[in-house]
Amino acid sequence: MTQPTATIIELDSGKAAPEQEQTCKSPVLPLVISELCYEANQQRLLKYVSCTLTAGNSTIILGPNGAGKSLLLRICQGLIAPASGNISWSGLNPVQARPYVAMVFQKPVLLRRSTAANIDYALAARGVPRKQRRERVTEALELTNLNHLARRSARVLSGGEQQRLAIARAWVTQPEVLLMDEPTSKLDPGASYAVEQLISAIRKQGTKVIMTTHDMGQAQRLGDEVLFLNRGRLLEQTPAKIFFERPQSKQAAAFISGELLY
Amino acid sequence: MSDLSSAFGTAASLILHLDADLLEIVLLSLQISLLATLFAALIGMPLGAALALYRFPGRGFIVAMLNAFMGLPPVVVGLVVYLLLSRSGPLGPLGLLFTPTAMVIAQFMLAAPIIAALTQQTVADLNEEYDEQLRSLGAGPLRAMRTLLWDGRFSLLTAVLAGFGRVSAEVGAVLIVGGNINHVTRVMTTTIALETSKGNLALALALGLILIGLSITLTFTAQSIRDTAYRHYH
Repeated sequence: MTQPTATIIELDSGKAAPEQEQTCKSPVLPLVISELCYEANQQRLLKYVSCTLTAGNSTIILGPNGAGKSLLLRICQGLIAPASGNISWSGLNPVQARPYVAMVFQKPVLLRRSTAANIDYALAARGVPRKQRRERVTEALELTNLNHLARRSARVLSGGEQQRLAIARAWVTQPEVLLMDEPTSKLDPGASYAVEQLISAIRKQGTKVIMTTHDMGQAQRLGDEVLFLNRGRLLEQTPAKIFFERPQSKQAAAFISGELLY
Repeated sequence: MSDLSSAFGTAASLILHLDADLLEIVLLSLQISLLATLFAALIGMPLGAALALYRFPGRGFIVAMLNAFMGLPPVVVGLVVYLLLSRSGPLGPLGLLFTPTAMVIAQFMLAAPIIAALTQQTVADLNEEYDEQLRSLGAGPLRAMRTLLWDGRFSLLTAVLAGFGRVSAEVGAVLIVGGNINHVTRVMTTTIALETSKGNLALALALGLILIGLSITLTFTAQSIRDTAYRHYH
């Protein structure tokens, strides 16, 4: 059976990587995804997805609902197993790569403890000694502008604050890669702006961001390259600038122009 | 009717004057039931959490048995513990029969399945929400178990209360393994049964009122702690 292949355009022909990004070698990048399939309830939800994601740029995964964007992130994080295909984080499988790869969920689960304790938990779970944790928690609180809420119970924070806390909790472990599943989908414009600023700051520190979103404007603001998924198939891997100016697939063109894809 | 009102009067007087015998019985009852509940929680909670989180052969059977044991007849538990602790039983040499320790063991056996089964359910429900997040944060199985027990603490308080309610109200098991010996193993429920059969309604009634009062006070206290804490942590 011949499988459709995504249109791949080399990144260097598109938008340049941010100037301040670090260029040190990453232990888990490139991420190589080969012929990845996922099935549930006898339905194939991801179909032969293949791509390579490299260090030094941010990747936005775009596509309509049900395209398989969140599934792809969850498989990359080793939270669910694919039906077939392979994921290689520079030779490591997703579970082995987890210490280097953090994830922010669309609806993050905040633990029933304070804001600071939530961040501390992520460090403790990674085995960071107690002595080092306090300083790193403070640093994460400062980055996300949550210092004044350090002692507040995490569950009573506003939606935007909760999402910033989820990002702080993921970022504090100093991951090489940050996977983000629609981090602003439930936020108002003000809170979304704050989260976008935070993501930009994290990108500039050299962390590879791989993020799903429905928001085309956000994809243009934050993305260096775009993966376009539709009905479980990867149709494009394109530098963001080119994706929005000259989409290669008719589905992507329809998606960008706001047509309903079904 | 006048018998009843005089019994109420005597009961009130016994309670107000902190009658020494009455106090001894109440304190021993509390000591035994609280200890049994404490041990049941220490064993039942990790057991329930492990059953919620780990998959292994026979797990379904154990969960079904735990649920069935929530309704164990206290007299049967008393009988089993009696057989274990009696002179010819496997634990006979320990000489525990007709001691408060034997009563703690019997009540532990009644409370542990309740606490374990309710914990299993609570932790399983919570894990639906937490599982991927905790794995993503790098939490191993033991840390995940501790986290779920801690984050489910408000619901688990209800499990512990259910266990305490069960043992503080039962009479069959402690009567069989304790023997209702005056000043040694006499607790509120066994005394109520004994004094009622002797026609001494006043003492029986006084103890009955205290038992109900303690139960209500404990439940209200626990509920208000839970509500306040829940509002704080959501």
